[in-house]
Amino acid sequence: MSQKPEKLIDKKGLRLDGRKPEELRSIKIEVGILPNADGSAYIQQGKNKILAGVFGPRELHPKHLALPDRTVLRCRYHMAPFSVQERKSPAPSRRDIELSKVIREALEPSIFLEYYPRTGIDIFVEILQADGGTRCASITAASLALADAGIPMRDLVVACAAGKADDTIVLDLMDTEDKKGGADVPVALMPNLNAVTLLQMDGILTFEEFEKAVNLALKGCREIYTMQKEALKAKYESVKEVEE
Amino acid sequence: MPTFFERRQLVTPGDLLAEGTYLAGENTYKENNKIYASRLGLVQYEDKNVNVVALRAFYIPKLGDTVIGTIVEVGFSGWTLDINSPYLAILRASEVLSRPFRPQENDLSKVLDVGDLVIAKIITYDRTHDPRLTVGEPGLGKITRGQIVKMTPTKIPRVIGRKGSMVSMIKQETGCHIILGQNGVILITGKSLEDEQLAMMALRKIECESHTSGLTDRIAQMIKKEKAKQKEEIKNESET
Repeated sequence: MSQKPEKLIDKKGLRLDGRKPEELRSIKIEVGILPNADGSAYIQQGKNKILAGVFGPRELHPKHLALPDRTVLRCRYHMAPFSVQERKSPAPSRRDIELSKVIREALEPSIFLEYYPRTGIDIFVEILQADGGTRCASITAASLALADAGIPMRDLVVACAAGKADDTIVLDLMDTEDKKGGADVPVALMPNLNAVTLLQMDGILTFEEFEKAVNLALKGCREIYTMQKEALKAKYESVKEVEE
Repeated sequence: MPTFFERRQLVTPGDLLAEGTYLAGENTYKENNKIYASRLGLVQYEDKNVNVVALRAFYIPKLGDTVIGTIVEVGFSGWTLDINSPYLAILRASEVLSRPFRPQENDLSKVLDVGDLVIAKIITYDRTHDPRLTVGEPGLGKITRGQIVKMTPTKIPRVIGRKGSMVSMIKQETGCHIILGQNGVILITGKSLEDEQLAMMALRKIECESHTSGLTDRIAQMIKKEKAKQKEEIKNESET
């Protein structure tokens, strides 16, 4: 990191990028942008740029992994070598493997896996540019890619993080706030069922702070959810508009 | 017992569609007496049934469906076909060859080889077994000529139209023979390539605009326009 900021929150109560504590970064979502994948989505959340592609359900290879009663969900989270300031080795690191598992487990409860036994669904998440909170943005994008592939789901999954920067609870942390700040609480939510599918905490928070952070993250999730839904509908409504 | 959307409105997975004594139909599920959508599509309320017509899905084999598949493997006693579904289909040699056959003597790749397209019917399928096919009915068997159009299988009913109105209109207007595979693969055979291309264009348009209304008329208009264009081109060519 080049400069070391003294304070994460200035005298006016604004953050390094000028956001208020409870403000999300600007988000742009697009669905169905990879014609070679069965389903796909792209998300830009602040400086994060993430692509998600889904294949399946399809015949599972290697075949011995297939389960007789449900689909096997597989997920690969991968950061491009140019996604961070210092070149990242393209080989999967410990962190990549853990995040793959975390994303898979956040999405698993949303899918009707038991509908298609002996098959597999593959999710590929490619981080093109990272700036903190990639696991949350990845979950949001991957869930859209699943819906775009026509896979039956209980609900969309949307994720957002909250954390502590300079003793203030803030929403949607970026990289510097994540690294220099006190704590990070990523939360994934199925908004219509009101079910949390991911809850992690990195850092130290008091009980009160934790509760506040979770509630703030949930609020952020619901805000992103409306954008997520719009993006999914936009793909088909554009056709409708051409007609009229 | 409220419903939460208008008819034919676009819904996304997880949208609450209805509450109370409704029945969960296609692409929906019921939990705690509430019906939610499980796929992106258009919602339909019919009496007590709540359905979602999916805009994108994949083919799940069903008994008695006619499908068009590609041979991907030739085995000792039959073929394996890709039918555009999560499951591969099996076509046994005894279904194709009427005479008694011995695996040692008959070379199955001489009958059907990898890459061949076959119209077939599904005779068995369940969760635990891959679908089995037959070609032992009139109209089934190897495809020798024509054009193939692929689309998402949920759009096949739209191509058929109400009581077959759409497909019979295209057949009449283009003079092509059209076979619809329930798995989303469509075979078009016509007298000339131009006719076939016209039918393909019509199908592509249906695929893109399947969720809009008044489509049959628009397609008919488009075909007539394209036909006139073709005639003019021929006329211009003969003049020069």
